[in-house]
Parts: sequence; C-alpha cells; structure tokens
Amino acid sequence: MADENRPTSSGGDGPSSGGGGERRPQRSGPGGGRESGPGGRKYFRRKKVCKFCTEKIEAINYKDVRLLAQFVAESGKIVPRRLTGVCTPHQRRLSLAIKQARNIALLPFAGRAA
Amino acid sequence: MNRTYELMFIVRPDMTEEDQDKLVSTLETAVTSSGGQVKTFEKMGKRRLAYTVRKFHDGLYMLLTFEGSGGLVRELERRLRVNEPVIKFLSVRIDEEQKRLDKIKAIRDAKRKAVPAPATPEPAGEAPAVTA
Repeated sequence: MADENRPTSSGGDGPSSGGGGERRPQRSGPGGGRESGPGGRKYFRRKKVCKFCTEKIEAINYKDVRLLAQFVAESGKIVPRRLTGVCTPHQRRLSLAIKQARNIALLPFAGRAA
Repeated sequence: MNRTYELMFIVRPDMTEEDQDKLVSTLETAVTSSGGQVKTFEKMGKRRLAYTVRKFHDGLYMLLTFEGSGGLVRELERRLRVNEPVIKFLSVRIDEEQKRLDKIKAIRDAKRKAVPAPATPEPAGEAPAVTA
C-alpha cells in the first residue's frame, strides 16, 4: 500500500467509490488474490468484477447521477477500468454517460459538485 | 425519417411559472408543426448545478421527449439558444438505445421462460429461435 503513490487512485478510493464497497482497487495488477513473496501483503486482492454485468444493469443513462457518481473520483475524473473492474463495453457507455451528465451540469468537470 | 430524441434543458431558477409554460408550449408547437410528436414532458424541478453556469448555482431542469427529424432538433436548439432564461440544454437521441434495451429485455424474458435457471445472458445466439 505504501508503494502505491498514485494520487488519483488514493483520491478515488475515498467516498466517491464507497458505493461499490466490495472492491478494493489497491493495485493495478490482474487481481490474482495471491500473496507475493515472503512477508508480502496481508490482504487478499479479490478479482474485480463488472458491477453492470453482475447486477445486470443495462441502462447507463446520463440522468442517473447516483449511479454515475460511483465511477467518478473526488477530483471529478472518470475512474479507470483497472481500478473499478468495469468491463470494456460498459466502461465505454459509462464514460459517454458521464460526459453527457457533465455537459448538463449534473456532474462536475472538475472538483466536487458545489 | 423520425427518430426519438430527448431534450433536457435548464432554465434560470427565478423564471416565473407562466414564462415556463409559455416556453414549453412554443417548443411543443414547434415539434408538432414540423411533423413531430411530443411524447412526454416533465419538470424535474429545481436542482443544484454541479458548476456555475452564467453565475447561477441552481436551475430548473426540464425534460422533453419527442419524435422528429434532425432538422427539428436543430430548430429546437436554435430556439433554446435565443431564449434568454434558458441557461443550458442537451439533446440526446434515445431510440437506438431503447431498441437495444428492449432487445436485451426480450432475450432475458425468453430465457426466463425457456430455462428456469438462466445463467449470464449471452448475445442473440438462440434467443430469436426461442421467441419465434
């Protein structure tokens, strides 16, 4: 954890991704869930799964702010797939919806919603 | 060629009720006069904007769903642009997405009827045979 010093990932782990709390996006690896080396990490990395596939959410709409906000970091950035585990087709729709929501002032371009 | 569009627009929060209704009725007549059809109109109420737009922090969100051509969308957007109380708008085509959702729903329903324990829905392989 200490070797991971990406500012966006630590920011994105905060309250914004608290909705999908079953995932712990700590590292960008493939998520094997193995301890690596002697005296390695003590936690398991669960395999991240796509929220939209598991919960069978098909409609990713720009009006659904509550859903979209789970995939937007504190800074307003779209959280990358490798941190959230969303599959490629869904991430594509998701990013489109987030961009539409930004355009109509439902989500901020940068920073917290005022 | 008529398509379904969704037009969301934000008006300034201090706009009076009559002015809103007047604006909406002009939009609706514009839709119908060019051969389109208004499907739904909804006032989504006052909402906090995620960022300041023209020095406003709040806005009244409105949502208009209609059928019409691309030229109609351009006309409506032009009207919104010249209308001073309107601070932001977004038009999105929704018929393709709706078609896709309906298809997925149909596949899922067919699966549920055919097999009591459906696994992950797989794309369009056997579902047309089931529905047909």
